[in-house]
This record gives sequence, structure tokens and C-alpha cells, in this order.
Amino acid sequence: MRSETTKRKVNSDNTAKMLLHYLKKRSVLVALSIILALASSLTALFVPVLFGEAIDAIAGDMSDVVKCLVRVGIVVAVTAFMQWIMALVNNKITYEVTADIRKDAFEKIQKLPLSYLDSHPTGEIVSRMVADVDTLADGLLMGFTQAFTGIVTIIGTIYYMWTLSRMTTIVVVCVTPLSLFVANFIARHTHDMFVTQSVTRGEQTALIDEMIGNAKVVRSFGYEDEALERFNEINDRLAVCSLKALFYSSTVNPSTRFVNSTVYALVALVGAFRVLGGHISVGSLSALLAYATQYTKPFNEISGVVTELQNAFACASRVFAMLQEDEESGSDIYMTGSDVKEAGADRDLMEVSKDDCSADIGDTVRGDTEIEAVDFAYIKDKPLIENFNLSVRQGQTVAIVGPTGCGKTTLINLLMRFYDTDAGRIMIDGKDITSCTRQEHRKRFGMVLQDTWIKNGTVLENIRIGRPDATYEECIEAAKAAHAHSFIRRLPEGYDTMLSEDGGDLSVGQKQLLCITRVMLALPPILILDEATSSIDTRTEIRIQKAFHKMMEGRTSFIVAHRLSTIMDADMIVVMRDGHILEQGDHESLLKKGGFYKELFEAQFAR
Amino acid sequence: MKKLLVYLKEYRLECILAPAFKMLEACFELIVPLVIAGLIDNGIAKGDKSLIYLSVVALGVLAVVGLTVSITAQFFAAKAAIGFATKLRSELFRHLLGLSFTEVDTIGTSTMITRMTSDVNQAQNGVNMFLRLFLRSPFVVFGAMIMAFTIDAHIALIFVVTIAILFAVVGLIMSENIPALKRAQSSLDEVTASTRESLNGVRVLRAFRLEADSVKSFNDKVGQLTGRLKSAGHISSLMNPLTYILINLGIVTVIYAGGLRVTAGILTTGQVVALYNYMSQILVELVKLANLVVTLNRALASGNRISEVFDISSSMREGQGVDTDVDPDDDELENESDTGREAVSFRDVSFAYAGASEESIKDLSFTAYKGQTIGIIGGTGSGKSTVASLIARFYDTTGGDVYLFGHDIKDYTYDQIHSMVGTVMQKSVLFAGSIEDNLRMAAEDATEADLTDAVKKAQATEIVSGKGGLSARVEQGGRNFSGGQRQRLSIARTLAMHTPIVILDDSSSALDYATDLALRRALKELPSDTTVFIISQRTSSIQHADMILVLDDGQLIGKGTHESLLGSCELYREIHDSQLHK
Repeated sequence: MRSETTKRKVNSDNTAKMLLHYLKKRSVLVALSIILALASSLTALFVPVLFGEAIDAIAGDMSDVVKCLVRVGIVVAVTAFMQWIMALVNNKITYEVTADIRKDAFEKIQKLPLSYLDSHPTGEIVSRMVADVDTLADGLLMGFTQAFTGIVTIIGTIYYMWTLSRMTTIVVVCVTPLSLFVANFIARHTHDMFVTQSVTRGEQTALIDEMIGNAKVVRSFGYEDEALERFNEINDRLAVCSLKALFYSSTVNPSTRFVNSTVYALVALVGAFRVLGGHISVGSLSALLAYATQYTKPFNEISGVVTELQNAFACASRVFAMLQEDEESGSDIYMTGSDVKEAGADRDLMEVSKDDCSADIGDTVRGDTEIEAVDFAYIKDKPLIENFNLSVRQGQTVAIVGPTGCGKTTLINLLMRFYDTDAGRIMIDGKDITSCTRQEHRKRFGMVLQDTWIKNGTVLENIRIGRPDATYEECIEAAKAAHAHSFIRRLPEGYDTMLSEDGGDLSVGQKQLLCITRVMLALPPILILDEATSSIDTRTEIRIQKAFHKMMEGRTSFIVAHRLSTIMDADMIVVMRDGHILEQGDHESLLKKGGFYKELFEAQFAR
Repeated sequence: MKKLLVYLKEYRLECILAPAFKMLEACFELIVPLVIAGLIDNGIAKGDKSLIYLSVVALGVLAVVGLTVSITAQFFAAKAAIGFATKLRSELFRHLLGLSFTEVDTIGTSTMITRMTSDVNQAQNGVNMFLRLFLRSPFVVFGAMIMAFTIDAHIALIFVVTIAILFAVVGLIMSENIPALKRAQSSLDEVTASTRESLNGVRVLRAFRLEADSVKSFNDKVGQLTGRLKSAGHISSLMNPLTYILINLGIVTVIYAGGLRVTAGILTTGQVVALYNYMSQILVELVKLANLVVTLNRALASGNRISEVFDISSSMREGQGVDTDVDPDDDELENESDTGREAVSFRDVSFAYAGASEESIKDLSFTAYKGQTIGIIGGTGSGKSTVASLIARFYDTTGGDVYLFGHDIKDYTYDQIHSMVGTVMQKSVLFAGSIEDNLRMAAEDATEADLTDAVKKAQATEIVSGKGGLSARVEQGGRNFSGGQRQRLSIARTLAMHTPIVILDDSSSALDYATDLALRRALKELPSDTTVFIISQRTSSIQHADMILVLDDGQLIGKGTHESLLGSCELYREIHDSQLHK
């Protein structure tokens, strides 16, 4: 329990530090905002004095009154102008800072290891990037527009009051800490409530993401009622903790206002006797009273800001926590992007001996792959792959078969360096794959997974993922090779048809064809197909395979497939079970051997 | 937004009490300047010390009462706002889950999620602030005006004019600001979509080294969002300076006019000070009101966007329900006839997805009888899955009718359809929770034995025991299970429902042949009148079916048994040959 508290303390210090880091880039604007806050608050504070003089002048010559009022007009105009500029500056700062945070967070996602992303629900990360940053923006904006001016107003008011009546000022200054104390007391007690609220909200977002994201499955099981029940359970908990957080934080305002009313009454009392004693005029008293209200207003606002900021901090700490996660080693997304220079200067480029990987990798990669004594486990105590050895020479087609859960997909995770091995090493062309950046490494691979992924964009854009600089003709060639051309042509706008999230109405098989088209376009030295054609009809599959064959001549490929017809021609078939290699050889020799492979093979013809 | 207010209904009392207490507080505040005026004109001017003390005590009492009243108001406001948001979220969630697949396709997941999360939060904030301030502030403004009338009707006219101009300005800014915020919000939707996309496609993005590109396109979207937020900010940032200028011009006029009337002996100095104080109070409230307007704008924009989602109603209409407890005699009679044995019947069915230019299924007719196993085979995009979706009424046909057990599918309630049709979808999805939770999704009352049996039939016994039993944890999206494991558990989940119709939509694609075979054998052990649809790419999976439908481009080009199709249907033969080891 204690360690949690200290951790939170560290976190909140950290959050402040991170925020400062973002503000630093806009130090000129921040300075401008502070100066304008200072100036506009001071001029605004001058107004009551002028009004006080005007009121005192009423007793005498009206022309004096007019003179005072003209001055008021000028001061007010200047103040308003400065307020306006300040609002614009504050908007700029807030929105740009939140944009920066979102950009950094998104970039961070690209660099986080898959183990992090696989273990954090999508909805939760999305909630950090969207809702949390939004709350931070609200908090920042309020902080800028009200906290600064508030502080300046307080100090300015004390100064002006001092010039009018020292006695009154002393009374006011003595009572003030009470207001701060109250605000602080409440803030401290609501912090935990806000954290609980934020956590519960995250939990709810995760459920929403799961249920709404899979609305079709939920519907197909008639699971709506149960989903709703589960949702309502969290929702009710959220209601309880939100009510607490909202109510207790909203007592700040009335409480501080109470302190202010007390101050007001005291100013009236002391001020009235000062007037009676002939020390100050009635006009000054009215100015003092005006100050008492103005002086207390920022306290109200600051306390309001404090709750808002607290909420913002709780949210920000979740975003920043993500930003401070360990990145994947050897990951530098700017090494391959088209905008290396643009990104260059101020970023700490990860220098991983790039010499080991030549730049024109496509021509020089042979594709000899050695897997040596590899161990791997997703969860520490549950080893999945143990002492795995495999040697593949350039141009070979390696098929990996085995019952589900035997580690086929894991092997691909390791080959692609989505995960790193716990022990042992993987060598390509005699070099350890950890000796170059992940991006350089992945450049050598083309991959088609069973779970298709379609990005929001046109068909053409989706194909170009394979090779961004490909011409239209090249894309069509690739589509033809992947046998995707005919269905694409029939789409409403052909290659320019917009595909929505998750591919919209494309069938799973059509999506797979699109993903294959990407690889056909990319022409990678090493190919990985993980159940890439599982949802494509076998006739088309055979044609695609022929195309793959032609394309992969002299290139190494790894194929995971259940349809044994898909892999019978492979140079080497690796039969896996429970993270180990059970059998290894080509189709004929494995059949002769009469082991597990034979069993699998015969099953497909069995009745 | 208006439509959403029904969710405040339960909190009607709170919604009345919160502003009522706020107004009470405002009343006490409006008395303060009068007390001060009395203090100046009677206490100070006449040197009456006891009156000064009395005035100050009065101020103190007003402060205490104000505190009590205001905390009460805050409580009611918070309660109503939270209650509103809770109810709204719950209803929205229910609504979204009730939409048909067509609407789910059109709205898009990320939009739905934003509506459920940040939009509802904005709306909650809006209600809270509205209850606290929106009545209070105008009340203080008009209250101050009325108090001004009690002091001097002539000068009060200055109040009237000032307030009218102020409201016009605030209204104008507000009407400009709302559309601007709406534009910003739609940008935020895109940012959300982009984030989700990159998370879901992380492996592909990394494999193709597209991280930099996706960062770039994300940054463009954030750039657009920032631009739109800024331009919305440009409009609303005029609010404070303009109201400030106007109110101070008002005070200037009041003091000038007041000065003339003091000289004329109509007003006292104390009264001028009171008028000045009232004008200042208006300013304070207007600043609050201006900030509130910004919050409310966002809340309204969010509210409208939520309303839009509520306005999208399911394009399907639930049936009234079919009386399934048919008279036993009747049943026997019908058993003799064809319709009595009919399980699923398609009559000239056509279907096109919303927005698609071509039909996915054209004039499909077939009848499946109780106890039959039906195989459906065809190339990618031939409409196989669409047939499955139509049997489960995930979509309504665009032409022709689907009959289940002799009744139009549209006559059944959704619950009835769920209890009749169990589908294993092509994409197998598991939910966070335990394996048991997943299996019980549609079979709440199943006994442990039922579940074990379903797991066994689905060839998932090893998986369950390997993970440590039915209570083993499933992470979100079932990501601690492999594709094949997920598939088998989804099959078990469907089998646990004990539906008379079972559809396997290419659900053995990730299974090896041995498991697939064992699964098919297990399916034969289902109750004898269970109708099973197997949709597959492999002829081996369906060759023993009682009837095989061969689809090509949405058209039925072959219907019959494996043997007859091998003779009569060229496409079928081709598919079959392509899978044989030559």
C-alpha cells in the first residue's frame, strides 16, 4: 500500500515534468501568455480605482467625473485587447501541446514492443490517446486562462488595496490562507476519487471496445442482454465513483466563496470605520469592496482550476505512463521512412550498427536461415518453445505444420522479431538478426497473416502498402498475380473504391487476396505465409501458389498451413508439437516414416 | 440533444432542486449591494455604528446561508448529471447492440466507441454545468436589473440596453461556435479511427515497415484537428473581451447618469455604489456564463452526435414471434408433409450489402430438411457467408424470403431465432473472461456436463485442460489463444447452445485435417433432427453432406450430393481435383 502511494507521488512529479517538457518548446508563447496575463490583470485592476475616483468626484464637478470615465474607457479597451490576444495565445499553446502529445503517443505505439500491445486492450490505449488527452487539454486551457490571471489578480489586488487602506489589506491577507487551505484540503481528498474514476472509465472503455467492436458476434449469440448487464455493472460502479469525485470536488467552489463572503464582510466592517474615522473616502470604500470581490474571484477560479487540473493530471499520467514504457530495442522507425531528414535532427536516433545490414538489402539477401537453440516463452513460467533448431538454405520452401497451439505462429513472431528470443539466436545469411535494426531486418521479409488487416483507404492504397513507390500498372500486375484483379474490378469504383475500417463488405477471402497482392508487389527476399490462403477457395489458391512459386524462385519461404495440399511440394516439412520439432523431411519421406504427419495427411481423406 | 433529456426524467426532482437552490443562493447575493448601500447611506453618512455592525452581521449570515444552499445545489446537480450520463451510456450501449449488421457496417466501430466515451462525458459535464449555472447566471443578471429598477427606473434602462446587447453578442458567438466545434469533433473521430487502425494492424504495419508512414498520416489528422480546434477557439476567445468592454461601458454610463442625478438630489452616493455593484455582478456572472457557453457548446455538439446515433434505428424489424408449441396432433399431421420437415428454406433470395453495387446472392432457392447436413462450397466472394448470415437473420434479404421451420424468418422474435440458429462465424472471437464465461454466452443454463460435452465435440478438450480447465482466463480478443484454439472454442460455444440449426461458416479453416475429421464425426452425434450447415473451401469437409450447394458469384450453379455433383458440376469437380493429391 505504501509503495503505491510513493509510486503515485513519483508519478505526479513525473507528470509535471513531462508537461513542462512539452511547454518548453513553446516558451516564447508561454512567456507572452504570462506577460499578457500580468499586464491585462493589472490594467483591469486599475479600473475600480478609477471608478472610485469617479464616484468621489460626483459630489463635486461633473467634468471631473467625465474625465475619470474617459480614462476608464481607455484602460478597459486596452485590457480587453490584451485579453483577446491572450486567449488566442492560450488556445494555440493548449492545442499544439495536446497535438504534440498525441503525435508522440502515436509514434510511441509504433515503437512499443508487441508484448506491450498484445497485453493492453486496444480500447484502453485508444482511451488514453483520445479521452485522456482531451481532458488534459481542458485542464491546460483552464490552467492557462485562469490560473495565471488569477495569481496576478490576487497580487495586484493586494497592491492596490494597500495603496487605498493598509488596515483593510492586512485583514484581507490574514483571512486569505483559509481559502487556500479549504481548497487544498478538498483537492487532496478528491485526488484518489479521480484516479478511481479514471481507472473505472478505462475498464469501461475496454468493455465497450470489446463488445461494440465485435457487435456482430455479440448479436449472433443473442448476448446483448448479458453484455448490457456486464456493462451496467461497471457503469453503476462508475456512477458511484464519478458522483463522489464530482460532488466532493464541486464543494470547493461554495467553500471558497464562503471564505470570500467573509472577507467581503470584513472589508465592509473595517472600511466603514476607516471612512468614519476620515481615513478614506466613500469612493475608496467602493473600490475596496470591488477589489474584495475581484480578489476572491480568482480564488474561486483557481480552486476550480485545481480540480480540473487534478483530473487532467490523472489522465495525463496515464498517457505519460505509456510514453515512458520501454521501447522495442533496435527500433527506429525513421530509418526506413521517406522522411528521414525531416524527422532527423532532434530525435535520438537509435544507432544500431547499421553496417551489418547493407542498404540495398533486396539484392544481397540470400535467405539462409539458421535457428539455433532458441527458447521462448510469452509468460515467464510457461516455456512455449524450447531448444528449437532449424537450418534453412536459400531458396528452400519450409512448411510448418502441427496442431494448433504448437508454436507455429510464435515461430513467425520470432522470425519477424515481433518478439525476441529468450535464449539462442536466429541467423540470416550468417548474421544474428539482432545485429541490425528491426526495420532493416523486416525489410527482408514479406508476410501474410491469417488475420487480415485492411487500412482505411482505397484499394490501391492498400495494395501500395507493399511498396509505396509502385506505379499503378505494377499494382495491377500484382493484383493479377494474386488473382485479386477480377474482384477488385467488380467493386463499385474498382481500384479507387474506399475500404472502410476492417475492410467493410469484403469477404475474408477477398481481404486475404488483397494482403497477398501487397506481398506480390513487395517481392521480398524471404516470404512468410501464416495461413495466408485459409479462406481462399482451393482453385484460386492453387493459381496463387503457382504465382508464388514463380515469384519465390531462389527465395526462401516459410509456410504455415493446415491444408496439406498447400504444402506437399515444400522442400522441407517441419512437423511441430508443443514447441518442439517432431518430424522433419519432405512429403514423401515423412509419409514413408509413418509418423504424425502421415496421420494428419490421411485424416483429410478419412470418412 | 432534446431527445436525450428523457434520460434526465428520473432525476426530475434533482433537476428542479439544483437550480432552485442555486437561485436561492443568487437571491442572497443580490441582497448584498443593498446592505452595502444602507451601510454607506445610513451607517457611515449618519455615523451610526450599531447599524454598521448590524449590516456586517447581515453579510455574515448571508454568507453562511449561501454556503449551505450552494453545497446542496452542487449535490443535486452532480447527482442528476451522473445519473443522466449513466443512464444515457447504458441506453446507448443497448441501442448500439440492438442495431442490425447493416447499421454496424455503416456507422463503424470507432465512431460508436467515441460516442460512448468522450461524447457522453461531455454531455454529462454539460448537464452538470447547466444545472449549476445556466439558470443561476441569467437569474443574477435579470435579478440585478430588477434591483436596479427598485433603485432608479431611469438608470435601470441602461441595464436593460446593456443586457440586451450582451445577450445578442453571446448568442452570435455561440451560433458561430457550435458548427466549428462539430467540425473539430469529426476530426477527433478520425484521430480515434487512426489510432485503432494502427493498433489492430500493428503486425502488418511493422512487417511492411510502415511505421513512419502511419505516423505521418496520423500527424496530418492531428494537424487538421488542431487547426479546427484553433479556429473554434478564435471565435470563442472573443467572448470575454467583448463582454468586458460592454459591461464597463455600462458602468461608465451608470456612473455618469447617476452622478447627474446625485447632483440633482434624486439619488444618494450609496445608491450609485449599489448600482455599480449590480453592474459588476452582472459582469462576474457573464464571465461564468461565457465559459459555460463554451462547455455547453461542446456538450450540445456531443449530445447532437449521440442523438444522431440514437436516430439510426435498426433497419430490421423484429417479428411478433411464432407460436412454436404446436399442437402435438397437428405436428404429427405435418410431419408427413414436406413443410413439416423443412428446417430452412430459401425462396428466390437475393441480397446486396448496403452501398454495394452488385448483389452478393442472386435468386437463390433451396430447402434443407431436419436432420440434414448441408454443405456450401464456392470460390472466394461467391456468397457463402452471406447465406449463413441470412439464415441467422443478421441481414434482411433484398429480394425473396427465408423460411425457418415453415415460417417466414421475419415473423420470429430475435430470441426465437437465437434459440434456433447457432452460427460459428468465420472470424472467431473470444471475449475477456473465463473459458466458461465464453461458452455460456448463449447457453446460460447449461450444466457443466453440457459444457464439457460441447468442448469435447468441438475437439477442444485438450485446449481447455491445457489452459487449466473451464475457469481459465481468456484475455481480451482471446489473444492468449491461437487461431485454431479460438476457432475450436467458438465451435464449442455454438454447440453449447443446442440449437436445431448449426452453421459452421468456414470454421475449420484453422484446423488440421485430423481435428477437422474428428469434429465432423462428433457433429454426427448431435441430436438426429439437427440441421447442420458446413460452409467450407474444402470438398473433404463437405463431401458426406446430404446436399451440397455450389455457389459461384452469388449464383447457385450446382445442388446435389458429392457423387452427383462430381458428374454434373464442372466447378465442383475442379475444386475437388484441385485439393486432391495427384
